[in-house]
Amino acid sequence: MNNRKIEVLVGFFIAAGIAAFLFLALSVANSGGFSNGDSYRLSAKFDNIGGLKVRSPVKVGGVVVGRVAEIKLDTNSFMAEVVMDISVDYKDFPETSSISILTAGLLGEQYLGLEPGFMMEGIETLKPGDYIQDTKSALVLEELIGQFLFSQGGED
Amino acid sequence: MLLDWFAGIGRNGINATMTLGRAGIMLFNALWSLPNIRKNTPLLIKQLFVVGVQSLAIIIVSGLFIGMVLGLQGYTILVGYGAENSLGPMVALSLLRELGPVVTALLFAGRAGSALTAEIGLMKATEQLSSMELMAVDPLRRVIAPRFWAGVLSMPLLALMFSAVGILGGHLVGVEWLGVDSGSYWSVMQAAVDLKDDVMNGFIKSVAFAFVVTWIAIFRGYDCIPTSEGISKATTQTVVHASLAVLGLDFVLTALMFGE
Repeated sequence: MNNRKIEVLVGFFIAAGIAAFLFLALSVANSGGFSNGDSYRLSAKFDNIGGLKVRSPVKVGGVVVGRVAEIKLDTNSFMAEVVMDISVDYKDFPETSSISILTAGLLGEQYLGLEPGFMMEGIETLKPGDYIQDTKSALVLEELIGQFLFSQGGED
Repeated sequence: MLLDWFAGIGRNGINATMTLGRAGIMLFNALWSLPNIRKNTPLLIKQLFVVGVQSLAIIIVSGLFIGMVLGLQGYTILVGYGAENSLGPMVALSLLRELGPVVTALLFAGRAGSALTAEIGLMKATEQLSSMELMAVDPLRRVIAPRFWAGVLSMPLLALMFSAVGILGGHLVGVEWLGVDSGSYWSVMQAAVDLKDDVMNGFIKSVAFAFVVTWIAIFRGYDCIPTSEGISKATTQTVVHASLAVLGLDFVLTALMFGE
């Protein structure tokens, strides 16, 4: 086999490798989406965050508007503090907005559902770094069963 | 009696350390020099052809079949939970994170590693390496270095192709044959697979495996006893040691990358 043919075949080999990488990067993986784009931060405090994780999505009416950036425990109030990165495309949520921890499907991942509040005079919008005051904690199955059993016992 | 037993352990330990040292010195001498681009590129291209292009067929065929098997097995399990839409991420993640790098490395050790060992071992047995030294040609730089770089460069590319073909194979079985929705196969996969965490970590794994497998293959050939029996033993050792090293290293890398 002459030299020229070998060079051409090696060229095809390297090109096929790069094509495979591009296929995996563009068609198989999510190339980050807006997570690399500009974002601003909002925080919220919850009694219980259940199975929420860093990078869990933040959704408004099912549309992903941001991701959880950080989860920590506020040592003063001993509440879980969740910091979110919200895309700058979605801003000016009213400060009466509420946020709750929801589950996608029966066994699905947990995510943050942001419910925009009503907008009227005297109500400001959420600025970067603000805290969302109205929060609803995750439903923990054990607590739910405990409450159910307790209420059953009370009726007798 | 007891002293003999300890002496045996000591002898094995000293031998293992000396082998590792010789392997390190060989690699250092082969790579520690500025490459002569004009003279070395044709050698590298020749080796890329032997090591990379000629391994392409086995990699593509095994990737396709492993992807198809993953599609079939994954479907029969997932359909029991009504979760057959998660077939895409199951196939893609298992290929990108584990099977792509590991199976490619094992096949590469069998297909290209054993050939490298046998070739270099026979060169040593027929005293081609010594005659090169007599002609003032450094066999480490002329024979060893191009083969090493060819292995390190081609195996990550082969692993990427393995994963890509495997995902298409999973699509073939899952979507075309078993009737999973094509749109959800791709979109659920895209939602679950992360470029940095999954694709790049798998790529780093395959680079590490390429380094280890090629190093073992070349050193076993260079260090073999120059007889026909020695070459056959060295070739066996290449496949066994490279496979074990890949599987052991895979556990360590997986624990570092994905274990939280």
